[in-house]
Amino acid sequence: MLKIDNLHARVEGKEILKGLTLSVNPGEVHAIMGPNGAGKSTLGNVLSGREGYEVTAGSVTFNGIDLLALEPEQRAAAGVFLAFQYPVEIPGVNNTYFLRAALNAQRKARGEQELDSMQFLKLVREKLKVMQISDELLHRAVNEGFSGGEKKRNEIFQMAVLEPKLAILDETDSGLDIDALKQVAQGVNAQRSPERSFLVVTHYQRLLDYIEPDFVHVLAGGRIVESGDKTLALKLEEHGYAWVREHGEPAGASA
Amino acid sequence: MSSESTDTATIALRDNAEVAEALGRNYSAGFVTEIEMTGLPPGLDEETIRQLSAIKREPEWMTEWRLAAYRHWLTMPQPDWAKLKIDPIDYQALSYYAAPKKKPKSLDEVDPALLETYEKLGVPLHERAALAGVAVDAVFDSVSVGTTFRKQLADAGVIFCSMSEAIREYPELVQQYLGSVVPTGDNFFAALNSAVFSDGSFVFIPKGVRCPMELSTYFRINAQNTGQFERTLIVAEESAHVSYLEGCTAPRRDENQLHAAVVELVALEKAQIKYSTVQNWYPGDENGVGGIYNFVTKRGDCRGAESKISWTQVETGSAITWKYPSVVLRGDRSVGEFHSVALTHHRQQADTGTKMIHIGKGTRSKIVSKGISAGRSSNSYRGLVKVEKGAEGARNYTQCDSLLIGKRCGAHTFPYMEVKNPSAIVEHEATTSKISDDQLFYCRSRGIGEEDAVSLIVDGFCKQVFRELPMEFAVEAKKLLEVSLEGAVG
Repeated sequence: MLKIDNLHARVEGKEILKGLTLSVNPGEVHAIMGPNGAGKSTLGNVLSGREGYEVTAGSVTFNGIDLLALEPEQRAAAGVFLAFQYPVEIPGVNNTYFLRAALNAQRKARGEQELDSMQFLKLVREKLKVMQISDELLHRAVNEGFSGGEKKRNEIFQMAVLEPKLAILDETDSGLDIDALKQVAQGVNAQRSPERSFLVVTHYQRLLDYIEPDFVHVLAGGRIVESGDKTLALKLEEHGYAWVREHGEPAGASA
Repeated sequence: MSSESTDTATIALRDNAEVAEALGRNYSAGFVTEIEMTGLPPGLDEETIRQLSAIKREPEWMTEWRLAAYRHWLTMPQPDWAKLKIDPIDYQALSYYAAPKKKPKSLDEVDPALLETYEKLGVPLHERAALAGVAVDAVFDSVSVGTTFRKQLADAGVIFCSMSEAIREYPELVQQYLGSVVPTGDNFFAALNSAVFSDGSFVFIPKGVRCPMELSTYFRINAQNTGQFERTLIVAEESAHVSYLEGCTAPRRDENQLHAAVVELVALEKAQIKYSTVQNWYPGDENGVGGIYNFVTKRGDCRGAESKISWTQVETGSAITWKYPSVVLRGDRSVGEFHSVALTHHRQQADTGTKMIHIGKGTRSKIVSKGISAGRSSNSYRGLVKVEKGAEGARNYTQCDSLLIGKRCGAHTFPYMEVKNPSAIVEHEATTSKISDDQLFYCRSRGIGEEDAVSLIVDGFCKQVFRELPMEFAVEAKKLLEVSLEGAVG
């Protein structure tokens, strides 16, 4: 589904990703872990097409198409979703209205029928149950005045409505207390399916207690230096990232 | 390429920023109506005014009123205090009267070319096709070409007709109120308007009557080298209510055209007047060639206790906008409101705002101004809140927000306050923000294209003001902003 091959990317002239290779199949959950500055957020931003991230080498294909050639909105329509580390506020724009505009823009781009307000409302109601989000949140402006937990839950709720093929969760656990973390994880788990893949980008192992990954990768120095199953995350927790650096750097260099 | 066909083409090609850029601003009202016209040759002197008054079959007092205004105007310099760069205007090069040759006796006789014009603009004049519940007065260049729903309004006791007709049919009312809010010598442009005003609407709502429908006037400039000098007067007697809306468009032309209007509102005790404007005069092209010079004096007088006047304006057109709809809060506990969205793009310049003059006790005013600047435009808010000595317990709240799109535009705020009563409370809040890259990327990452994302963000920014507009016009205003912002990013 997603094939990243030898990806190099620069931000403000500084090379952050230095030959990242990763393959994700449908239905798989991959956790990307790594120390600060390893390039975790850069990966999510490059995949979703944020401006200012310059790809200097390598390729990314998504279901056979060249993902890097697409505009951000085209990537969304193709099924890529980025849950932001810092969701953005859009004052005065109703949350439901925003989401409907997004869904219909995607559907239109895919040549599907747009949903009218009744159909959309029905869909929203179904998804609300899964996410345990209060109605009230829907009537407020996009992320405006939301608490940290509300913002993250809103991201996952958007994901539920937009039904992407690949969801990238960028440090979704940051700034959440344990209850909020559980709620967010529950929302994510409810959306796991044999067709949908996840890239869970996180600094800490604790999120993976609730979202159980099929694979864990360690990102350091712009490359994946170690891959394994979920036990790798536990090892990291035990030994810290310093261990990876010593342990994994040569392997990464040869990748 | 005709402007109407670019409309659909641009929507289809929205994804292609280059094409959108090439098409530049999409002004769908830019067409010209081919119709036989009659009028006065260019030039302005006392003789012109006498001729104008004669064509309109005005009584002697009206002619004298105009001449007095003209003599006053000659002594006044054109104001230059606004933050606007205005090319010199040659008042002798303008024609002060232009009208379609055929004079219809009723709506059924209106020239089909005119009906078609208004149809294209989305303002059908046939009553069966007309907007439900909205009566329309259509002003084409210097004359009113028709007013709909007159009978239904007359049954309710409401007078809604052109100003020319009102001068002939209701001279006492006109004499009593005309110039009582904006005196002939109020300012340069008001004096000019008083001398040469051609047409506009007259509305009179008698005591205790709630006007049964929305009233609206649609102003259209069509003729070349012609100034439009509209004059509108709305009087709401005790406890009367009325909601009025005006719309304005003009063809695309390379010359600048002058529009100098005066609007006077009078609200007696417990009366309420809601006045909404959607101003979409031709703004000129992306290099600032052509466009309307819009110099407008709008003022409401809350003459009676507990009366209320509220101005709502959506200003997207004109090369230059100079406009400060104001409220004189004379009656005790009267209320004045000003809700404004002013959008400038390309080389447009706007200097607009309001004046709230608190005279009566317990008077309240509220100002919400939203300025949006894009391209190389300049957008200024200028507002005065004045509290006179006797205005015990007066309150004002002003909120003034600016939104910048791009790096080459300017937004300015000039708030003035004069408070002579210590019990008054005057609040002012101002913000300036930019559409951030983060906001745009957030929308795009959800599948919303760049131009739609800008529209969405701007719409959110303007929400407070759009809420004040009558429903159909809020939709219209939103669409207008979208079209006006085309090519603003990328």
